[in-house]
Amino acid sequence: MEISERRVISVIVVNEASVLSRITDLFSARGYNITSLTVAPIPDSKYSRLTIVTSGSVRVVEQITKQLHKLIPVYKVYEHADLVEKEMALVKFPITENLSDISALCGAYNGKIVNVGNGVIITMVADEPRRVDHYLDAIKRYNPKEIVRSGAVALER
Amino acid sequence: MQISGAQMVIEALIAEGVDTVFGYPGGAIMNVYDEIYKQDKFHHILTRHEQAAVHAAEGYAKASGKVGVAMITSGPGFTNAVTGLADAYMDSIPLVVISGQVPMSLIGTDAFQEIDAVGISRSCTKHNYLVTTAADLPRILKEAFYIASSGRPGPVHVDIPKDVTAQIAEFDYSKPVDIETYKPNTKGNTRQIKKAMEAIASARRPLFYLGGGVVSSNAAYDVRELVKRTGIPAVETFMARGTLRYDDPHLISMLGMHGSYAANMAMSETDLVIALGARFDDRVTGKLSEFAKNAEVIHVDIDPASISKLVNAHYPIVGDVKNVVLEMIEMSSIVNPERYEGWRETISNFDELHPLTFHEDSERIKPQWVIKRIGELLGDDANISTDVGQHQMWSAQFYPFTRPRQWVSSGGLGTMGFGFPAALGVKVAAPEKVSINVTGDGSILMNIQELMTAVEKKLPVINVILNNNFLGMVRQWQTLFYDKRHSETDLSMQPDFVKVAEAFGGIGYRVTTKDEFDAALKDAVAKNVVAIIDVVVDRLENVMPMVPAGGSLFNMMLLEKKEKK
Repeated sequence: MEISERRVISVIVVNEASVLSRITDLFSARGYNITSLTVAPIPDSKYSRLTIVTSGSVRVVEQITKQLHKLIPVYKVYEHADLVEKEMALVKFPITENLSDISALCGAYNGKIVNVGNGVIITMVADEPRRVDHYLDAIKRYNPKEIVRSGAVALER
Repeated sequence: MQISGAQMVIEALIAEGVDTVFGYPGGAIMNVYDEIYKQDKFHHILTRHEQAAVHAAEGYAKASGKVGVAMITSGPGFTNAVTGLADAYMDSIPLVVISGQVPMSLIGTDAFQEIDAVGISRSCTKHNYLVTTAADLPRILKEAFYIASSGRPGPVHVDIPKDVTAQIAEFDYSKPVDIETYKPNTKGNTRQIKKAMEAIASARRPLFYLGGGVVSSNAAYDVRELVKRTGIPAVETFMARGTLRYDDPHLISMLGMHGSYAANMAMSETDLVIALGARFDDRVTGKLSEFAKNAEVIHVDIDPASISKLVNAHYPIVGDVKNVVLEMIEMSSIVNPERYEGWRETISNFDELHPLTFHEDSERIKPQWVIKRIGELLGDDANISTDVGQHQMWSAQFYPFTRPRQWVSSGGLGTMGFGFPAALGVKVAAPEKVSINVTGDGSILMNIQELMTAVEKKLPVINVILNNNFLGMVRQWQTLFYDKRHSETDLSMQPDFVKVAEAFGGIGYRVTTKDEFDAALKDAVAKNVVAIIDVVVDRLENVMPMVPAGGSLFNMMLLEKKEKK
């Protein structure tokens, strides 16, 4: 059996209509996984950058990068080995929870309370995806009402 | 020059040297058809179904090596054409397919004859475009032809809303194509080619594995030279038939599910696979883990994604097969052809043990005999198209192919109904050759309406139906793997094909003996008209040999030996 591993792939694409569906269609047509996907324009250029977290054996990931490269609007594909990777999570808590505990936890994961509303607070953390997992595990006891994760963004070191 | 979007389409087609467009008009594409009416630079062939228009363009492209062009309207016109797009995508056939679309203002409103055409064609084209302004049309059309024909060829779909064809804008077709994100690598890495040649020189049992890429890169004659110089035996895929002459001593035969015993055994015994423009399709490899198990692999392909997709390549070479083969020929002096004498002998022993053949029958016509007989009577003078099924495999096995682009068949997608319209396109591209469509009693009915196109445009395609009153290939699997439960494959209920041909203005022949077949084929060729030759063949003949799906190449079901009388 080939071992399936988590991989992060960055794709630079021409910023044009339907380019995102070309990418996601490729994944679904060929049975590849998308764990998370982020996309945003690259400043001062005609390109956008996608960060795709996927999983697969070495052979599958090699195929994914080759197939991505085959798409006409794809400029570059990076399969990252050594990278800085960050993900953001927003979490809504009841204001009745222990705010100083929550605030301290957020601080440990590069975050803070970013909004205080009527009966709820919203926190933000930004850290490596695995640490975001830890954070989300740690806050369970404070009855989070809603959790949003951004998906990873990454840069080669 | 300021012209309308519709005029731009005409001007672009003329600039690309298009001489024939296959198509079918409708509401959303009418502005373009109006301009077609006004011009006399290219022909338009009105097929009687949009699917046939695309298959005809495919046949034209395969026989000519040029880009095939088809034109259709929005909605059902487009969806009918999708099978053709998918077929061309699977077999890497260069096409530009232009469809009409509802006006921009109506897109997304579920308008009459609206469908998300680019959404549908995305997964079955090399690339596609929705044109949103006429100003983009010259660039898009030029890119479409470039993308279709460069790199690994394939179909490109251009969807043009009706109001865009009416817009007036500047038309300048002189700008060269520059797509920053698309630069196919056509020249193989010389150092890598040298390493591959060294591996060939030191291999004991090397084997050329020739694929459709050899034909599409126009490398067949160079491959013939390389094979001759190195003395290395070769197997061809279904798509590569005609690369080597049928009588080339180095050619073993076709390999794969219905390949010859010798070809499949050679692939199982080889120590070095030299794959040229082949993609290790499952119908070729059988069980992957047993495929060429003890061999290293040289893989030459223009598409990097084809390399090491299914079988690991020890010597990957990305490049156009022709360029790479030319370099290989230059370096071929390091290879000593005598080295492989024992290997060639081993292979001829395989072939003697189980030759590719069939058992003649004195009473009934064997379908394989028909193919052989067409080969004897017409040989190099015919181009052969086929539909899909048993007749297709027999054609690939038994026709004496003499040149590339002589063979046009739906390999990857396996599209029944492909053969007849494709044969029309072949006839347009190569009018000096007899265009034969070998078909079955199932397949022919899937685009029979093209008799009208053929008669109207005087495209004398000869359809040879190997009629066994069965959906034969499915029946064969049912016989072999489903305990003879012939579920919905009995096609005994049939039209009178002779009358069908005559009703459309062609000629029909019903043939039950060999003499009648000879007479019918000769008559149809001599009269040079659209024909159906309905040949009654042995009902229960199976395509043999056969590797059952998922089985290993060396584990074939073989033709039962006939007892000697």
